[in-house]
Amino acid sequence: MADDVLFELLHMEMTISIFQPDQSESKRSSISKLEQIGFCTGYRLVERLTKDWPRFKDELDTMKFICKEFWSCIYKKQIDNLRTNHQGVYVLQDNRFRFLTQLSQSKQYIEATPKYLAFTCGVVRGALSNLGITCIVTAEVFSPPTCKFQVQVQRI
Amino acid sequence: MAVAVAVIGKENSPLYVRTVNPSSELKFMYTIHASLDVVEEKVIVGKKSSGELRELYLGLLYPTEDYKVYGYVTNTRIKFIIIVESSYTTLRDNDIRQMFRKLHNAYSDVVCNPFYVPGDTICSKQFESSVKGILIQE
Repeated sequence: MADDVLFELLHMEMTISIFQPDQSESKRSSISKLEQIGFCTGYRLVERLTKDWPRFKDELDTMKFICKEFWSCIYKKQIDNLRTNHQGVYVLQDNRFRFLTQLSQSKQYIEATPKYLAFTCGVVRGALSNLGITCIVTAEVFSPPTCKFQVQVQRI
Repeated sequence: MAVAVAVIGKENSPLYVRTVNPSSELKFMYTIHASLDVVEEKVIVGKKSSGELRELYLGLLYPTEDYKVYGYVTNTRIKFIIIVESSYTTLRDNDIRQMFRKLHNAYSDVVCNPFYVPGDTICSKQFESSVKGILIQE
């Protein structure tokens, strides 16, 4: 579908315009800026997506929603694997992460991947935060386009 | 048919309150405030049970002498309260559901506006007009 491509292009442009590769200082702040944009997006988007959804039973139920409905709304596919230790750590694995599919499959550009993952980390964190789960989301890539997102829930 | 509509935030702060008659707003504020405890109770009970009770719509919270108070809680813990007159007996449960659905649609439109900061009081013309549609339907 055409709007898929548009979304990809928009994300690419956003990444390019915000990311400043020159110094390590501004690199870090631009990554967190991307994450912040993602947070706002996720926070607002989830309001709309959960409109016709029954109330979530628990944390796991919410995570399943993120893996299925939420993910397929943004990335047109579901998360391939969800793992949890039942103590607040969830690992979401996507075997063909959309923002990485255009990248070389080798490890050549692996250092360039963080900027393409920051937005998504923010989106997940924002969505969960609006659903009442405070968490830290990190991403790791071993071989593109496979990507793992780790969600660490902060319990008070 | 509805005499008051309220949107209450995550931490129980009023985001939006509108009544048909502004002079009676304080009275309805009191009713809305009292209903929040019932909302909380219903959500906790609803979470434990399965199936139909996990609906966002909570149904009739409590009737007072002149009014009936209905509640609805979104997945993001925003509470909607609608107060209708008890004398209005032709009102069906489905009509109330319809009102809440309309309100929820309007609310999610407000949240998706990038200039709206979540948690602030709502001052949007579009939201205002859809609330008016809920209030005056006689």
